[in-house]
Amino acid sequence: MFFQFFDELRSAKVPVTLKEYLALMDALSKDVIDMKIDEFYYLSRTALVKDERNLDKFDRVFGHVFKGLEGLDASLLAQIPEEWLKALTEKFLSEEEKKMIEKMGGWDKLMETLKQRLEEQKKRHEKGNRMIGTGGTSPYGANGYNPEGVRIGQDKSRHGKAVKVWDKREYKNLDDQVELGTRNIKVALRRLRKWAREGAEVELDLDGTIKDTATKGYLDLRLIPERHNTVKVLLFFDIGGSMDAHIKLCEELFSAARTEFKHMEFFYFHNCLYESVWKDNRRRHNEKTPTWDVLHKFPHDYKVIFVGDATMSPYEITYPGGSVEHWNEEAGAIWLDRVSSIYEHCVWLNPVAEKHWDYTPSIGLLSQLMNGRMFPLTLGGLDAAMRELNR
Amino acid sequence: MATKRFEGTDRYVATDDLRIAVNASITLERPLLIKGEPGTGKTQLAYEVADALKAPLITWHVKSTTKAQQGLYEYDAVTRLRDSQLGDERVKDVKNYIKQGKLWEAFDMDHRPVLLIDEIDKADIEFPNDLLLELDRMEFFVYETGETIKARIRPIVMITSNNEKELPDAFLRRCFFHYIKFPERDTMQKIIDVHYPGIKQKLVSEALNVFYQIRDVPGLKKKPSTSELLDWLKLLLNEDIPPEALKEKDPTKLIPPLHGALLKNEQDVHLFERLAFLARRESRN
Repeated sequence: MFFQFFDELRSAKVPVTLKEYLALMDALSKDVIDMKIDEFYYLSRTALVKDERNLDKFDRVFGHVFKGLEGLDASLLAQIPEEWLKALTEKFLSEEEKKMIEKMGGWDKLMETLKQRLEEQKKRHEKGNRMIGTGGTSPYGANGYNPEGVRIGQDKSRHGKAVKVWDKREYKNLDDQVELGTRNIKVALRRLRKWAREGAEVELDLDGTIKDTATKGYLDLRLIPERHNTVKVLLFFDIGGSMDAHIKLCEELFSAARTEFKHMEFFYFHNCLYESVWKDNRRRHNEKTPTWDVLHKFPHDYKVIFVGDATMSPYEITYPGGSVEHWNEEAGAIWLDRVSSIYEHCVWLNPVAEKHWDYTPSIGLLSQLMNGRMFPLTLGGLDAAMRELNR
Repeated sequence: MATKRFEGTDRYVATDDLRIAVNASITLERPLLIKGEPGTGKTQLAYEVADALKAPLITWHVKSTTKAQQGLYEYDAVTRLRDSQLGDERVKDVKNYIKQGKLWEAFDMDHRPVLLIDEIDKADIEFPNDLLLELDRMEFFVYETGETIKARIRPIVMITSNNEKELPDAFLRRCFFHYIKFPERDTMQKIIDVHYPGIKQKLVSEALNVFYQIRDVPGLKKKPSTSELLDWLKLLLNEDIPPEALKEKDPTKLIPPLHGALLKNEQDVHLFERLAFLARRESRN
């Protein structure tokens, strides 16, 4: 019975396994919960979802698969005292209005349709023209403008539970495509950590000490250096122009990267990488660093991250002199090629949403230059980028 | 054996979903992994479960240097080395130098204990992987003495995480998971009632207004949490601040009294002041 549920969860990319499914069955057989749909929802959520980013997907699938189950008791509640309504209508409706009801096929027909729609309808409904709800133009519902309208009352509890827990989708913003704060970025950047022992020998190496003492026959203390994160990162930020819209995101990324990496160097560029970069944006025209110097200074084991929206005219990448700011002797493509040939690990992070990439030719062009290593600047994209850098 | 159930305690408000998650993990004897915003009572839960079930509590606070092995046992080689140089008699039995870890302690209990592994994400990435078998089968092998330690009664294991590191899938598969979401106003009201019975409802209602208002400010670096709200209320009570002071209309007092308990970051304070100023100006127009 639940297999369809399991199946749909998997196709919605919620990572559930057979083991978790069996755990849920086990829990059901051991009577952890009373047989109520709400409790079943909580139990299946705790057993099947292991990451808050998947809670929203889970809610959607649950709502879809078990749609209608909660209606079992709601239909009992939805029985409308017909006589009462009839009496009410006769009291308040004018002769014309009564005639209009006749036009619809008479009172009985109206009631029949109403019942039918009540069954069709599982959710609270507003502002439509067919279903029962408030503020619409359907003949059924409250506060409507249809002269044939039947007022059912605004008390939404009549239809049983109006909004189900899973239909609220409270975990919506925990989906990993959306939220991206400094802390989250830090967590994603941590994937890049590489521990190594380097520097002064300050920690006691217990195993080494025991081994040496055993072989030499006297107490011989061994020391080893502490473990440090030794990953080295070179960051290039696109700044100005179309990047202004993404400034907050880039700031967050920058501050997260700064605390996370011990060896981090950053430079700014505009639109595309050319023969010079700079470190202080206010003095960008005076204090420039030749790109060659950067490439010579930092050894090839640095990991290079470009951050930019890659949105520009294709000429700015492919032709000498294409830059909007100055005359560049060599095309941007050549410079990018140099970087990716020196640095083995190299990615481009793009703050533009991935679904819009296809509309801008220069994004495709740069992605190609980076050998497809362009990632969206979302948590998911950052994660994928860090995996790529860690290969 | 009738399994005991957790229904919340008189000091801890457990929502339905939390209650079911805890009971499922107790009944099925699987670890329960708890995540949530800081200050929503993740660690407190283990204390309350132990209290409600009258079970002994064993806490293992994980730090960045903690190794999985330390939870099982440690072989104190340095003491043994020293003892051997001094010719101590104890040196002959290796058992004298095996120190029990928290997991061993929990396995050895006569009554079913609650084992709290606090902030598992602080440790090295490999930490959860190293505990897979131990938490699944509830047994481990001591190499030095050659004995296998097996849990007499499977302890109730609760694990908290602040999401600083992702946990491996294999580890997650073995756990139940619960995300403590930030309490809504109704739940928050109950929580306050539990902590400060007999508090003036007017003060609470004004304080909650201010609190949720602050939480709704976009771009705060750190949103105030439940525990911070409780601290703030305590301060308000101590200073005997009247409820009226919380809805101060005087533009010179833009920020709520004793805000230090809620906003822990000077940028946040500035941001809030600026926004409050704008809001007041708009409401005057």
